[in-house]
Amino acid sequence: MLSFILKRLGLLVPTFFGVTLLTFSLIRMIPGDPVEVMMGERKVDPELHAQAMQRLGLDQPLYKQYFDYIGQLLQGDLGQSLVSRESVWHEFTALFPATLELSIAAILIASLLGLIAGVVAALKRGSMLDHGIMGLALTGYSMPIFWWGLILIMFFSVQLGWTPVSGRIDLFFDVPPVTGFMLIDTLYLDDEGVWLDALHHLILPAVVLATIPLAVIARMTRSSMLEVLGEDYVRTARAKGLSPARVVFVHALRNALIPVLTVIGLQVGTLMAGAVLTETIFSWPGIGKWLIDAISRRDYPVVQNGILLIATLVILVNFVVDVLYGIANPRIRHAG
Amino acid sequence: MSTQTYDDLVQAPPSRLREFWQAFAHNKGAVAGLAFMLMLIVCALFAPWLAPHSPIEQYRDFLLTPPLWQDGGQAQFLLGTDELGRDLLSRLIHGARLSLLIGLASVVCSLLPGIVLGLLAAFFPNRLGPLIMRMMDVMMALPSLLLAVAIVAVLGPGLLNTVIAIAIVSLPSYVRLTRAAAMGERQKDYVTASRLAGASLPRLMFVCVLPNCMAPLIVQATLSFSAAILDAAALGFLGLGVQPPTPEWGTMLASARDYIQRAWWVVSLPGLTILFSVLAINLVGDGLRDALDPKLKNAD
Amino acid sequence: MALLEIRNLSVRFGSKTATPVVEGMDLRLEAGEILGIVGESGSGKSVTMMALMGLIAAPGIVTADALTFAGQDLLQLSARAKRQIIGKDISMIFQDPMTSLNPSYTVGYQLGEVLKQHLGLKGSAARQRAIELLELVEIPGATARLDAYPHQLSGGMSQRVAIAMAIACQPKLLIADEPTTALDVTIQAQIMELLLRLQREHNMALIMITHDLAVVAEMAQRVCVMYAGQAVELGRVPALFQHPAHPYTEALLKAIPEHSVGAARLSTLPGIVPGRYDRPRGCLLAPRCPYRQEHCQDSRPHLEPHGGGAVRCHFPLTEATA
Repeated sequence: MLSFILKRLGLLVPTFFGVTLLTFSLIRMIPGDPVEVMMGERKVDPELHAQAMQRLGLDQPLYKQYFDYIGQLLQGDLGQSLVSRESVWHEFTALFPATLELSIAAILIASLLGLIAGVVAALKRGSMLDHGIMGLALTGYSMPIFWWGLILIMFFSVQLGWTPVSGRIDLFFDVPPVTGFMLIDTLYLDDEGVWLDALHHLILPAVVLATIPLAVIARMTRSSMLEVLGEDYVRTARAKGLSPARVVFVHALRNALIPVLTVIGLQVGTLMAGAVLTETIFSWPGIGKWLIDAISRRDYPVVQNGILLIATLVILVNFVVDVLYGIANPRIRHAG
Repeated sequence: MSTQTYDDLVQAPPSRLREFWQAFAHNKGAVAGLAFMLMLIVCALFAPWLAPHSPIEQYRDFLLTPPLWQDGGQAQFLLGTDELGRDLLSRLIHGARLSLLIGLASVVCSLLPGIVLGLLAAFFPNRLGPLIMRMMDVMMALPSLLLAVAIVAVLGPGLLNTVIAIAIVSLPSYVRLTRAAAMGERQKDYVTASRLAGASLPRLMFVCVLPNCMAPLIVQATLSFSAAILDAAALGFLGLGVQPPTPEWGTMLASARDYIQRAWWVVSLPGLTILFSVLAINLVGDGLRDALDPKLKNAD
Repeated sequence: MALLEIRNLSVRFGSKTATPVVEGMDLRLEAGEILGIVGESGSGKSVTMMALMGLIAAPGIVTADALTFAGQDLLQLSARAKRQIIGKDISMIFQDPMTSLNPSYTVGYQLGEVLKQHLGLKGSAARQRAIELLELVEIPGATARLDAYPHQLSGGMSQRVAIAMAIACQPKLLIADEPTTALDVTIQAQIMELLLRLQREHNMALIMITHDLAVVAEMAQRVCVMYAGQAVELGRVPALFQHPAHPYTEALLKAIPEHSVGAARLSTLPGIVPGRYDRPRGCLLAPRCPYRQEHCQDSRPHLEPHGGGAVRCHFPLTEATA
């Protein structure tokens, strides 16, 4: 098992350096003069320009610039925002819990409903229920979620007034950050109203963000379940006289879950992309909105290393999924 | 019947196209999707003749006119007008042009290099192959929309850059798919036979192996066509795609956000159009997958 | 009274009017008897037994006039009551042992499941019994094997585990569906011997589904030959092999290489088993039968008593014609 983990870990290193190369060259692909672009003004004084070039290391040959960049990264220096002058790492860690909270809520909704829908569809194969569930799943899979968010706001917030339009918590409340998770931090206030307010703020963005992963998980669960239900060992289980519930949940589902687990893990990428849109619609103060704001403000260090951080995160989560896959699947676990 | 032996019952197999169509037509959703897709194509091709108005002409006296069936609706604006008094129906019809163009262009721009890279990766499994695959891993590490956002952020917004960004983003899936399919085919005897017969490497790659890898590629192309439309609309919505006043569905939604309380049609209709288009293409994609490649039926 | 009685069992897929996969199957089995069922692939051997076990899932439809086992009418039993017989008094082992065990659970867990379900054994009692069972099927190092996963076992070992699971509750009837087809030749004989020993020791009835006539000739007391979903001939073992009454049985016997010594070519029956769309109106074998006559093409024969057994043929072979 350990060698399995180490082998997978070894594969991460080149991928990570590839991503650094990507973010490094991304910034250098910006058309125009880098100093002018970063300062946001034209015709910078030549002396100042030269100074800025030197300070930013842009007068060095490209390979040296890249090694300097890697050197900085390895020291944990992710640069600072051109706008707020805060360090990128600091801004990221301050905003990340908001995205994480939203993503966890979304993936919980998506996994729970997706698994149930997929299993039901598989067990009722060919029925109206199956067709209905799969039709809805394909609709969800095709959903432009930025529009879906607007529609939900229009209906639940504007028409019915059930949920707030934006943000994580009513401005009226002052919640000191402890964990960064609003649903947990509000518990410290010992005021049920504040907690409920946080929940109300969370529900719509989480549903929007959950939509596509939910559809993917439901489709995958169904097809995986159908495949497993046709396996010989399921027939054996039925031939043992076990109850249908035991056959489905103990024998079939356990095996059907293995590919579904992988798919759930792979949704992290979808979640991060979805977070950019969802957070923009709901003014959710997370890293997705942070990144889009940085792009519109041409805050390049934030764009560059923000993307690097998200990519690293996706790589790490996929790695964890790989390891979990090994644990869930004895055949891989023992292969070492 | 009674005097028939099994020999009499052997019929000539149906032609491949016919067989494919029978399998495809069996799936009613796929046929419905295809019909909607054809309608979109007609809209895109004949937009200037089909649209009742110019998509960018502003009727200042008819700002935010509701659709015909609502109070205050005007017969000349079937689906109402937007905040600048432009005819919504005309903008949606012209928007089909743009969405299909972006989808088609980005699929072509990523399919062709994707096939070449994938075949190279399959035929050079020692050095070049792993290098290509590692590069694709790097691109896969970034969520596709995020990578597209980053590329557009660097290159600047616009139609061409949207196409480039989406083409780059969908490249890895073609490379992986082509490589996987080609790796399987390469081992087969017919390839060895061609090689022994002296076929050149390009001939082996493109004439022998490639045609047998097409089924999954066609399905993937359909699915990434719909993903391209979705991503283009998302970029437009974020203000990073096609710029106003060009009638792009996502861009239309971005400017409609402010009217969420007053004019539901400005918000709902462009989104519904995106949803139906993407859904239609995905239905076709599912149908193609079932009809072309039964092996893929359970893959996702 | 017979241990098992099947009368007019049919299995269809899709609708009640669909072409049956098994049609009008009749079968009787006494306690402790060994019956061989032979036929080509797709002749309905496995489906018949799966129908008996209640393993035919929708869209499959099973109909029968009678389905009794040890005095109980299986057709009348509730699903729950039937599950108390399945896996306990009637159990089944399958063709491919490598895919018949659940890859996610240990051997001990899968064995224990049967013991708990039918005998209420748990914990160390179940573990003890599981070890005994593994020893009974001659698995070396039984205690250690309990914690093994199926992928860690060879095909032969997996089949032994499957047999242990099947005999865990001392069934009155064991159905073995081509239990050795997927195994190496050397292992095949071992598994057969094991099955025979267990059958003797526990006085189980055994139904052996196979397409290997040699196996039937060695093991079984009676044999049922199936063709295209129908039983075409039933009989005692030496008699049926010496004097087949049905042309199909005769053809099967002629196709065995040992019978063709000296002949230039192995005898084969031309053609294939009729499918869904080319089912003859008359005798199902008529298109392939070397002895067919006009009458065979128009009218379906019924299973009629013949000699010591029964045969489904308008013109059964006699010693003179065969």
